[in-house]
Amino acid sequence: MSSIEFRKDLFADERDDDLNEIGKPTIRQDIIGHVTGRTRFYDDYLFDGLLHMRCVRSPHHHARIRSVDFSAAERMPGVRRIIRPQDVPHNINTLLSLINFGRDDEQLLSTDKVSYMGEPILAIVAETERQARDAVHAVRVDWEELPHVLDVEEALIPDAPVVNPEYPNNTFDYHALYDHQKLRFGDVEAAIEKADFVVEGEYQMSPIEQAPVETCGAIAAPEQNGRFVCHTSTQALFFSLGTTAKQLDMPSSRLHFIGGTVGGGFGGKVDSHHEPLAVLGAVLTGSPVKYTWDRTEEMRVGAPRGAERWRLRDGVMRDGRIVAREFTGFFDSGAYTRLSSYAIIKGSGHLPGPYTIPNVASNVYCVYTNRTPATAMRGFGITGVDFAIECHMDKVAETVGMNPIELRILNAYRDGDMKAHRRLAKNTALIECCQVAAQKAGVPLSAEASAAKSSEGGGIGERADIPETITDDMGRIGDRRQREIPTEPFGGATNRGRVPAGTRGEAVVAAEVQDPEMQIDPTRIGHSVSQAAGTAAPVEPPRPVQPTPPPIPTPQPLTPPPAPVPAAPQPTRPQSAFADPTEASPAQSTPYRPDKPFQRGVKRPGVSSFISGTRRR
Amino acid sequence: MTKSPVQFTLNGTETGVFVNGGANLLDVIRREAGDLAPKLGCAQGGCGACTVMIDGETHLACLTLAETVEGKRVETATSLANGPQLHPLQKAFVEGFAAQCGFCTPGMLMAAKALLDANPSPTREQVTEAIAGNICRCTGYEPIINAILTAAAELRGRISA
Repeated sequence: MSSIEFRKDLFADERDDDLNEIGKPTIRQDIIGHVTGRTRFYDDYLFDGLLHMRCVRSPHHHARIRSVDFSAAERMPGVRRIIRPQDVPHNINTLLSLINFGRDDEQLLSTDKVSYMGEPILAIVAETERQARDAVHAVRVDWEELPHVLDVEEALIPDAPVVNPEYPNNTFDYHALYDHQKLRFGDVEAAIEKADFVVEGEYQMSPIEQAPVETCGAIAAPEQNGRFVCHTSTQALFFSLGTTAKQLDMPSSRLHFIGGTVGGGFGGKVDSHHEPLAVLGAVLTGSPVKYTWDRTEEMRVGAPRGAERWRLRDGVMRDGRIVAREFTGFFDSGAYTRLSSYAIIKGSGHLPGPYTIPNVASNVYCVYTNRTPATAMRGFGITGVDFAIECHMDKVAETVGMNPIELRILNAYRDGDMKAHRRLAKNTALIECCQVAAQKAGVPLSAEASAAKSSEGGGIGERADIPETITDDMGRIGDRRQREIPTEPFGGATNRGRVPAGTRGEAVVAAEVQDPEMQIDPTRIGHSVSQAAGTAAPVEPPRPVQPTPPPIPTPQPLTPPPAPVPAAPQPTRPQSAFADPTEASPAQSTPYRPDKPFQRGVKRPGVSSFISGTRRR
Repeated sequence: MTKSPVQFTLNGTETGVFVNGGANLLDVIRREAGDLAPKLGCAQGGCGACTVMIDGETHLACLTLAETVEGKRVETATSLANGPQLHPLQKAFVEGFAAQCGFCTPGMLMAAKALLDANPSPTREQVTEAIAGNICRCTGYEPIINAILTAAAELRGRISA
């Protein structure tokens, strides 16, 4: 029955033949519930006196709210509560604030303006869904339409409409320094000058809706002891719990979240907008409240996979070797950040695809437009650019007059090769995949391409090196010069590049916890990092201040290097207990020195793995 | 709002409920009769998650007025198993990994049941046709089609044995 074909002859010497489960149908532990109809999704929890919540939404891409008149709606039959933005205790958030990435930029219910069609401004709780719908239609909003921008590059024109006031340049701020995410590896310009061909291409993806059969939703109800139970369709229970605690200004110990049974998610159920509103409804009415999207909302308001536009420029030699590849990417984040900023970081680590190219450069912009905010979807950040890369590989093959599969085999990465994000390639298998695909498709390969192996020929000479890398005006990229790179931590110079991450240059300091409720007391979880530390009691961080940096000229992708972006005035933040491990305790008075090189990742005590450049295995 | 009584057989059990005028059968089955097997996916007749059998024919419960099933026989996926004994269709779905999130499964099973009741030896094309109104976003349909064909073979074996 299985249509999976194993090629166990490949890499036979690299592993034991112990694939006892892969390729055989297995019994899901939850499938008996599925086939008998007994699996309980969030909507399968029944509550007496359940109230229904619907939202008043923007009919415009971009508009200021002059006034909202809900007096008629309030008097409609069955209406129990109108929830206004000022009823939300902490009405500003960004999803990744829970891992200290990005600034709060999105309101649960918008107060002053809306930046995408379908943005909610008011929530109405009524006894039946029908009554809630009717009441929504009875709300009168005086909109002042604003000019909108729906194209990523139009949004970067200097006087383009400002979509998201937290990011007035319509771009996410990377590392408080750049308006884009950078990657530099070697010298693309020099290599392209020497190349026989320059191949350019532009690729555009559309947004894609996850379209789960179960729409997003949540039911919240008061429990005993002042707690609230929330049954939710979320894919990310702890994102939803943390976001609800933050936005409702409520300790998470008062929130009893039940999830884990998701009627299809595919990334579309991580945004955590339903849970705060449903719980708020239960808090304000004292009754169970269901907030769910109907199919139309799921398709039109639900955050899709973001659209991406990519421009690639390759330097190619006559024999098919790609010696340089340059990317300019525009990621359409929609009106708010959600997960797009992170998708770009992830995608940049993937460049230039599964190929060994000695010179790579990339500038990727996370752009705000008046479209529906984008979020996660299956491999987001990777799939879009992979589409561009693989289309471009075919274009390169056409240009040099080569079989596209042989071109891929020629340029494929092999074990031991250095990738552009400075990690060694391991367990590579692209060559073997290409060979099997060619065989299946009846494409003849040259003797050389047929004999190639992922495990041979990699990691030799230049292939394993981090090349001399150009720096920009800020000197922030390329500070790991080849001849200065030690093999051992703090050891002598060699040409083989393994750098202990987070141990060179300026100390990396963990961002402080935004909500003191979320502060983990290290002694309670058995960490001894900051025992003796002068751990000042966590101070309430200031509410986000709207920074108003001067207008920034349009960035010119790649050539010449963009002018340094004046850093936005940052609100001064109080020191956190986790701030700097070197100051934290007498035992940590000498700088931390890892005993292993970068290849395996280094965990620096007290520093978040998300920002130190280290990686957990 | 006036409520009217509706009596029907739900999974073999005489059931009587009072429904609001215009109530749809899906809400009545789920909220009044308490059978949570059929699911609400779109409320537009597009996804098939609410598929039930009424007098042996598949219907979309979300588009069926509850009052129209007066005196009729309504079956949901809950009716398939005989106590702890799974129906061959359910068994084939379990063994063939024909469900992932499980949200479309109760509707899918009813579409398959209706097909096999009417045609014990369907071709692959007929199976595809029979579940064309049921959307599944996880499996890619192949395991479901295979499972239905497996169940059909097993049911035929039982009859001839």
